[in-house]
Amino acid sequence: MTLAHDTKITPDLVKSHGLKPDEYERFVKLLGREPTITELGICSAMWNEHCSYKSSKKWLKTMPTKGARVIQGPGENAGVIDIGDGDAIVFKMESHNHPSFIEPYQGAATGVGGILRDVFTMGARPIAAMNALRFGEPAHPKTRHLVAGVVHGVGGYGNSFGVPTIGGEVNFHARYNGNILVNAMAVGLARADSIFYSKAKGVGLPVVYLGAKTGRDGIHGATMASAEFDDKAEEKRPTVQVGDPFTEKCLLEACLELMASGAVIAIQDMGAAGLTSSAVEMGAKGDLGIELDLDKVPCRETGMTAYEMMLSESQERMLMVLDPSREKEAEAIFHKWGLDFAIVGKTTDTLRFVIKHKGQVMADLPIKQMGDEAPEYDRPWVAPKLQPVLTNAPAPGDLKAAILKIVGSPDMCSRRWVWEQYDSLIGSNTAQIPGGDAGVVRIRGKKAIAVSTDVTPRYVEADPFEGGKQAVAECWRNLTATGADPIAITDNLNFGNPERPEIMGQFVHAIKGLSEACNVLAFPIVSGNVSLYNETNGQGILPTPAIGGIGLIPDVDLMATIAFKNADDVILQVGGHGTHLGQSIYLREVLGKEEGAPPPVDLALEKTNGDFVRGLIRAGHVSAVHDVSDGGLGLAVIEMAMASGLGASLVLLTHEQLFGEDQARYVITASPAQAAAITAAAAKAGVALEQVGTVTAEPTLKIASGPSISVADLRIAHEGWFPAYMSGEL
Amino acid sequence: MKSAVVVFPGINRERDMMLALETVTGSKPVSVWHTETELPKVDLVVVPGGFSYGDYLRCGAIAARSPIMQDIRAKALKGLKVLGVCNGFQIITEAGLLPGVLVRNKDLRFVCRQVKLKVENNQTFFTNRMQKGAIVSCPVAHGEGNYICDAETLKRLEAENRVVFRYAEGTNPNGALNDIAGIMNESGSVIGMMPHPENMIEPLHGRTDCRPLFESLLAA
Repeated sequence: MTLAHDTKITPDLVKSHGLKPDEYERFVKLLGREPTITELGICSAMWNEHCSYKSSKKWLKTMPTKGARVIQGPGENAGVIDIGDGDAIVFKMESHNHPSFIEPYQGAATGVGGILRDVFTMGARPIAAMNALRFGEPAHPKTRHLVAGVVHGVGGYGNSFGVPTIGGEVNFHARYNGNILVNAMAVGLARADSIFYSKAKGVGLPVVYLGAKTGRDGIHGATMASAEFDDKAEEKRPTVQVGDPFTEKCLLEACLELMASGAVIAIQDMGAAGLTSSAVEMGAKGDLGIELDLDKVPCRETGMTAYEMMLSESQERMLMVLDPSREKEAEAIFHKWGLDFAIVGKTTDTLRFVIKHKGQVMADLPIKQMGDEAPEYDRPWVAPKLQPVLTNAPAPGDLKAAILKIVGSPDMCSRRWVWEQYDSLIGSNTAQIPGGDAGVVRIRGKKAIAVSTDVTPRYVEADPFEGGKQAVAECWRNLTATGADPIAITDNLNFGNPERPEIMGQFVHAIKGLSEACNVLAFPIVSGNVSLYNETNGQGILPTPAIGGIGLIPDVDLMATIAFKNADDVILQVGGHGTHLGQSIYLREVLGKEEGAPPPVDLALEKTNGDFVRGLIRAGHVSAVHDVSDGGLGLAVIEMAMASGLGASLVLLTHEQLFGEDQARYVITASPAQAAAITAAAAKAGVALEQVGTVTAEPTLKIASGPSISVADLRIAHEGWFPAYMSGEL
Repeated sequence: MKSAVVVFPGINRERDMMLALETVTGSKPVSVWHTETELPKVDLVVVPGGFSYGDYLRCGAIAARSPIMQDIRAKALKGLKVLGVCNGFQIITEAGLLPGVLVRNKDLRFVCRQVKLKVENNQTFFTNRMQKGAIVSCPVAHGEGNYICDAETLKRLEAENRVVFRYAEGTNPNGALNDIAGIMNESGSVIGMMPHPENMIEPLHGRTDCRPLFESLLAA
């Protein structure tokens, strides 16, 4: 123990806890006295950006969070939506960016563990996981190591825990060289009438600690350590937590068993800021005080101080308020699963958060102010400088070479190397594995859900408002392309330093864009996470508001997939020809430029076209569907061919038509007989639709008056990059 | 056909296995917790996949020493049918019911993908509805599925026709000796395999290739 209870609070100590002088003054005023070191630690844990959302709260409040199917919006461990028949889907996405850069395996693993815990804390069994990963440029010396470690960590945790990982995103860009992004999403299934919340109820009830023991890992995880604290070897442990998926799997089963018994009154997982934040949240939400006796906390190491116990971020732990008459029963369930069970405190009517250790009061704080009433800032912001619309993007000299280059580029090539390390099948309910527009898992009978994560950071960088709209629209489109009704989203807002007005401007504009899209598409945000300060040496990441969406498929037999099904099927493009090459993959990969405005998003058109396509899928009129996004029509058709082994013969197309990334578009295929009916229906619905080619038995891509490329060659280019890069050949 | 599925802490494919057994054979298996000392009266015991005890020691080593495994071992020697899949294969091998050992995949990465399996022996309780030499699709999902054994054991396994499944068409995902995907004991009462047939039995799974394996249980 290095920080004695009577440690003098100096301005340096305050600064090293990440508190600004005015925040500290506010804290002292709240207490009416100098805080103890434990109290300072608790305050730093609750009032940091990660836990308090102090820079983002003002703007988060403006986002649309309501809808007919929303059972629980933001503010709980995860969002909850109603999918009918008494079923509810519980889901959320959360970042673990900084730890994953320091220690990629454990950082990513505990990111997955944390988000799974958020979901089963609410009484749901996790049924799917996804992740959105962003790395630095491939040539950067750390990138390969980070990709290997993060992918291994995501798989290592999810596979052992036993949740199918059914999709995600992997991108590379130099702007992530110093700050990678690891955003993990979990989706769980619960009964709509058995959702568990964190709000404590009842005075004098036992507060129970469950799960793994508390160690010194992750101390300051939420605030980050500084020199004053780690000048002794003992404290130089990384602030990164260590994951144990085996214990988490046992914790899942024990929690669900205990919840089914009816003994649980309130439950909160110990995530960021561990015991501190879980206890404060339960008390503050329930208008109750909490008193903890740290002598009762199961510890993994000897001699832990109150300060260390309150700030530890050891994983796989839960806090519950239990029905006292069911204590024995609850204890038996946890012991059956080999987990710790300890009554560590009680609820009180004092509205104080009281920490006792070895007979001494270490902290005595007003609980509401620590939780709900953390500081809130209205950070200054400036409107982002927008890129002018690109006017000149020449055609490629060699179209075949351009296509092969794009298909095999780091951002467009197959992610098989990544997703084959994730168990995508466990549960026996997976209807679509990674590689399509969305992952799909069956709920029961014919009912299924589609899940997709999306954002195009280069669009958001060029125009945060349009880019924000696009992220939501693309997620909506990907779900629609499987035949799902998009229901709701979770968001993971990754940005740079909010104290810089231009970064705050990106944030504000992106939120406005996201909100507009959510409103028009009736696609509310029910949970989310904000990750700011993703910045190194004054250079922020590309603004990356990752969106994770859920859609409902009433009849999984009618689900659409991207693979061509039959030779001679007609290839139709919905939404008109491509024209827009600003910020396109073509521009970057073939012309070597990242310029121009991103494609604008017409949300009304998005809805019209999407509803039309979904109608065709539900009626069984189409054989394959794929959304048009990165790489435009050309890449969409090529992906459909590669997924099937069939070829395509395309009409004469300009390079804008082949590679333009205009929004609200899909490629669909149908039998020639059906195609005529679809064309008529499109005209009636006011949807732009034209035939762009035919599916061929011969596995070759042919473009009229242009090159022919065998699907085998396309696959070699597409599948080749990732394994070659990871083995060090590139 | 009465069956039991054994559950250890960290096992996670027991639901998949129970669903497949119930869907194909029509009877619901009983779940048996690892601390139990005696099996219920059943025709078949399945040790399913997962990460028993986190695979933190050698995979399967801790589960192999669980109370229930004593009874499974004793009854298997008397002819009770035992099927171990993935972690279950590792567990029954650690328990000495099958020879050899499963080690880290050759490329050191976990792998989840569809492979081709050749049915080498169709005279077993799990393959009697298949043609000898038939090739079926089946998924794998493991990090330690690389089967190895000493030369003498390998020779015996091959000579005695005890390799039940072999990876075919160049799809060996883990570097296993002789492309071995599944083996049986001398009497044929115990079968262990790395792939997951329980994940390929209904149209939702894309193919139904492994359904006949479960149908075989009805004939046995």
